[in-house]
Amino acid sequence: MKKFLSIALVLVLIVGCFAACGNSKNPAASGTDVPETDETPAVSGETIKIGLLGNTTGDNSQYGIAVFNGAKLYIDEVNAAGGINGKLIEVVEYDEEGDSQKAITGYNSLVDSGVAGIIGSVLTAPTVAAVSVAYEDNMPMISASATASAVTYNEESDTVYSNMFRSCFIDPYQGEIMATFAKEELGAATAAVLVNSGSDYSVGVAAAFVETCNELGIEVVASENYAGSDTVDFASQLTNIAAKNPDVLLIPDYYNIIALVAEQAADAGLKTALLGVDGWDTVADYVTDLSLLDGAYYCAGYSTEDTSDAVQGFISNYEAKYGDTPNMFSAQAYDAAAIIVAAMTKVDTEAPELEVGSDEYRQAVVDAMKATDADFVTGHVTYDEYNNPQKTAAIIGFADGASSFWGNFGA
Amino acid sequence: MTKTPSSASPSLYEDKRIISMPVRYLINIVAIAVFMLIGNLIISEGIINRTYTTILLQVGVYIILAVSLNISTGYLGQLPLGHAGFMAVGAYVGALAWKAMPHGLGYMIIGLIVAGIAAGIVGIIIGIPALRLRGDYLAILTLGFGEIIRIIIINLPDITGGTPGLLNIPKYSNFNVIFIFVILTCYIIHTMMKSRHGRAILSIRENEIAAEACGINTTYYKVMAFSVSAALAGVAGCLYGGLQGSLFPSAFGFMDSINILVMVVLGGMGSMIGSVLAASVLTALPAMLQFLASYRMVIYSVLLILVMIFKPSGLMGTYDFSLTGLIEKAIIKIRGGSKNNAKEGQANE
Repeated sequence: MKKFLSIALVLVLIVGCFAACGNSKNPAASGTDVPETDETPAVSGETIKIGLLGNTTGDNSQYGIAVFNGAKLYIDEVNAAGGINGKLIEVVEYDEEGDSQKAITGYNSLVDSGVAGIIGSVLTAPTVAAVSVAYEDNMPMISASATASAVTYNEESDTVYSNMFRSCFIDPYQGEIMATFAKEELGAATAAVLVNSGSDYSVGVAAAFVETCNELGIEVVASENYAGSDTVDFASQLTNIAAKNPDVLLIPDYYNIIALVAEQAADAGLKTALLGVDGWDTVADYVTDLSLLDGAYYCAGYSTEDTSDAVQGFISNYEAKYGDTPNMFSAQAYDAAAIIVAAMTKVDTEAPELEVGSDEYRQAVVDAMKATDADFVTGHVTYDEYNNPQKTAAIIGFADGASSFWGNFGA
Repeated sequence: MTKTPSSASPSLYEDKRIISMPVRYLINIVAIAVFMLIGNLIISEGIINRTYTTILLQVGVYIILAVSLNISTGYLGQLPLGHAGFMAVGAYVGALAWKAMPHGLGYMIIGLIVAGIAAGIVGIIIGIPALRLRGDYLAILTLGFGEIIRIIIINLPDITGGTPGLLNIPKYSNFNVIFIFVILTCYIIHTMMKSRHGRAILSIRENEIAAEACGINTTYYKVMAFSVSAALAGVAGCLYGGLQGSLFPSAFGFMDSINILVMVVLGGMGSMIGSVLAASVLTALPAMLQFLASYRMVIYSVLLILVMIFKPSGLMGTYDFSLTGLIEKAIIKIRGGSKNNAKEGQANE
């Protein structure tokens, strides 16, 4: 009996593998609703595939889901309007679980399914791993959320990954913005940082913040570390910082950490204004008492309270489709999709003879993306020599137990 | 009864061997060569696409990790939870060695050997105090060690690249390299376990006190098994670096150690073919089941639960695969079958 069962289980495992082999030849479940042909103007039978690479399960999967939702919203809108010159866009998704090894598998899987460009990946490490392979293929790629500078620029070999773009600003840029903001708007003279030494994101922002502080004449009086994202107790670090009583304290980490720190900061007697970066997005949903964050500011790609038409139109469409308010990652993903689709449309219009997926096509799309100069939901985007977008940051402030849009700040 | 052609005095073991050792080696070498040729052909001819090529290479690395962990888990009977730590030591030492040396086949092999030795030495250093403990105490100690390695890597950014990662690692790990090292690893472990040392290791698993009473230096053999396991994990780590081209400390966390342990337990502790099979399936499964979206996590978990309920000793138990053994069985069956047929024929007459 046991022997029979074990043989049966082995068979199930093996058959499962082969069944999957057969299935995955077809593109993975397409997430977009392809509209009826008769409703849309001049739709040809052709489709162009765009890959979505990100983490929709596992730790931090809310970022991946937000990115996928934002990108799919834009692609649905394009398809409803007739696609790229009549060619509908087909979305191919791959979930890499935030793992750098699975990101390479996922990238190759997307290439095998014949995508013309990829939106992704979401977290920094898988993106860096995937781009090292994608660079060899010159595959047009745009990340909506990978903020480390190593994503587009390999410092060691001094090469810019010319095929890789992003629609978010980079870690150092956020550090510079917050240091400048502290100096110019808050009049800070002393600053401190609380860094997650296990997160390249946190380390990158803090390093740029400290550097800019030194340039601007803000004295950095304390720099405290904690070991990783699973840290729950910050009492000793906060007490050390409270003893120095700096004007501002930068905590470059994600909302879940901030929720813990905000509560413990009060216990440690810390009365410093907290500064944050885009990882703070959605923090208001996680802090039990928002008044704990009074006086804090963080920078983000966009704010839902921005009254411009582009932002409000995006928000209402997103709410209609998903029944939820879009966060910054959805907005940046929406823009990432807009940038890559705009580039593909340009190539399709100017050089329709290029075969989708050929080397010349990829190079043409990459060139078109590099030349991006237009307004998007999260601001006006142009690319610098490192393929990093030059754009303003939305500053969100906390006062009287509520968060509000302070304004746009920066370049 | 059949006699071994080479042996004049048949013993209990030799009785079963109807194929002589040189022929056994020849059969296995031919089988390996055929597999290698098939592997090269299906990749170069594009019969399997890039996705499956990538998965195939990753499977190779995880086979080495699983069979090497099987030494200390399956054969030695301990429960170390720090295998990803040894993998990390090998990966970083190997990658740094590769980056420091010029490119070339010889340098690649030197890098792999250096990685193996480094992980092996760390294995000895950890093994001497750790193996005084047993069971859950050893598990916790090795778990702590794995985390220490990861934290050290994070906090040496000038050497290891820290959290932003070590980039630009030469991508040496192609199919042939990984295939040869999978075969080498399995061969080393197989011959070790068939030798006096392997028997000593098995006796410690069965009964440590009895083994000690028989004059086996248990500390020596435990540390030896542990460090061989670590050294091979180091080689696998180095191959992993050569496959990825970049290394991040987050890839060597506690859950990665657990993943490798799950492969060994699922395959059957003490069964090499079990480890190979489980490593292959569990590495390929997440990529193969992409079309199921998040349901694949449920399938993965349900499979593990089912196996543990119905086959707690793992899929393969302690069974080990032997190609020549299989051929021998077939020969015996055919001969036995013909004899039986003859007997039946006589009976009918």
